[in-house]
Amino acid sequence: MSTVPQMPKSWRVESKPHKFCPGCGHGLVLKALGEAIDELGIQDKIVFGADIGCSLLAWDFFNVDTVQTHHGRTTPVVTGVKRANPDLICIAYMGDGGGYAIGSQHLVNAAARNERITAILVNNCNYAMTGGQMAPTTLPGMKTETTPYGRDVKEAGYPTQGPEMVAAITREGSYVARGTISNLKQLKSYIKKALENQMAGNGFSFIEALATCPTNWRTNAKDTWAFLEKEMTKYFNVGEIKNHAMKEGE
Amino acid sequence: MAEKPIQGEKRVFMTGNEVVAWAALAAKADIMYGYPITPQNEIMHYWTRMAPKYGKRFLQTEDELSAGFTTLGGVLAGRKAFTATAGPGNTLMQEPMSMAEMMRIPSVVVIQQRGGPSTATVIYSQQEVTMTTYGGNGEGFRIVYSTANHQELFDYTIKAFNTAWKYRFPTFVLGDGYQAKMRESLIIYDPEEKGVELVQTEPTLGREAVNGEKKPVHIRNTYNTEEELYEVVTRYMEEYMKYAPEIVEYREFDCEDADIVIVSHGVVSRAAKGAVQELRKEGLKVGYFRPVTLRPFPADQLKAVADNTMTLLLVESSLGQMAKLVKDAIFGSTVALATLFKPGVGITSEEIVAKVKGMF
Repeated sequence: MSTVPQMPKSWRVESKPHKFCPGCGHGLVLKALGEAIDELGIQDKIVFGADIGCSLLAWDFFNVDTVQTHHGRTTPVVTGVKRANPDLICIAYMGDGGGYAIGSQHLVNAAARNERITAILVNNCNYAMTGGQMAPTTLPGMKTETTPYGRDVKEAGYPTQGPEMVAAITREGSYVARGTISNLKQLKSYIKKALENQMAGNGFSFIEALATCPTNWRTNAKDTWAFLEKEMTKYFNVGEIKNHAMKEGE
Repeated sequence: MAEKPIQGEKRVFMTGNEVVAWAALAAKADIMYGYPITPQNEIMHYWTRMAPKYGKRFLQTEDELSAGFTTLGGVLAGRKAFTATAGPGNTLMQEPMSMAEMMRIPSVVVIQQRGGPSTATVIYSQQEVTMTTYGGNGEGFRIVYSTANHQELFDYTIKAFNTAWKYRFPTFVLGDGYQAKMRESLIIYDPEEKGVELVQTEPTLGREAVNGEKKPVHIRNTYNTEEELYEVVTRYMEEYMKYAPEIVEYREFDCEDADIVIVSHGVVSRAAKGAVQELRKEGLKVGYFRPVTLRPFPADQLKAVADNTMTLLLVESSLGQMAKLVKDAIFGSTVALATLFKPGVGITSEEIVAKVKGMF
């Protein structure tokens, strides 16, 4: 048995070790994605778009065609690629700020049009690259740089329920799920289904992945994991929300 | 599937927006991404009626940010992709176009200028010159053709695709609401039958594997250090300056002995042309200079004219956006400057004639 950690074949070895902070959830989401790409044997068909923020650090992560975009604009760039060449398998990779704030109109409309792309959104409850400001997903009472006394829901509302929103506006053919890095096997299966859904030409596929950010949460390993598993799941239900196999109203 | 959209050449009488749609078809554009805004809407209307007959596609997006960024995606996938917008839509378009500049994405955008600032009018202006030439958070690595009539809208829309893909700078056709909505006669034609070669496109993303092997590309617009960025921007500027003389276009007549040279662009240059012809008939020594490319600007050519006359009369439907480009171009010249600025309003030959007569 090999003692070397097994990297997905689609990972780009030259860019490892990766640039994410210790304890960051991105690496695990990208591991699940890498394994899903490997298992489906689609590495040569992928176009991977990386949003701005910590998501951008994924730009040289894979040996797949990759394009950096602007903050929030990964969904339209990838949509443009897919519309121009439907044979490609297009992935938009973004954070919660990119998908639910500055790029929310793109996410909503790509979902409403049932674009045959796969959007993967990493939810870590804050804008991490810019130093830990409140994000649409920041939990009530959670302290961030722009909510130093905690998120006041009277001022700033409640956390965005992204997959629920996407599920509400998509029709037949969409696939929507929320996974978590604390259940990697499940997250990988969701991502795989999301990619298969695109490959089958069914419709829009959307995965939110709950992830950790100990740097900005200012948590140690134990508290990081507790926040992910206990606090975040109070607001964000993990599971499949919409599967194209499901019937309307199910 | 129908064959060529245009066989040989044909005299037609149509609106400028219809002309642009025909030109895009003639240039073998593959896909248009667009969002409604007046006065460019009919470009989409004609494109969506005609394009499917020739296997072309259209996507109506949620806003101009998306129209711009999906256009970039289409170009990166190797297709001739374009969009069209105006006014506040052009404002939003600056974000994707700055990405096009940084990543050298040969996108084509048709602008039909409307009044500004803000929502202003849906009708007409020349107030999108500064934004179209130097918009975005960059250095203006773009090519801008300012058209004056429907024949030029056709010719330069075709040319814009060639220029964009040849030099890999985002390319704009800068029209206006008058050109967009007015009907005029022109000749439409198949460019290849006329010997105009259409540049071949190639994909950046999603290239086929060669001999079973795929070399992935990673394309970026973000850099880590000042020095890295400096190297990139300097290289782009060097390339831009190298190509500029090949790209620059202008028209001039009667400048050799002129005391006053009227400088104007776009649809206003038609009034200027009429004015110069009339003033010459009356024996007044007046010349005509019109930049066709506003970026790169025909600076040397205008400088030569400026050094050989007494006064440049700058005429435009804005409060001096072209004038800024002119001043930059002729820096060091001692020529006097006079202006006729009417922001967001059309300018007639009669007004220019009256202005010039008052100057003699």
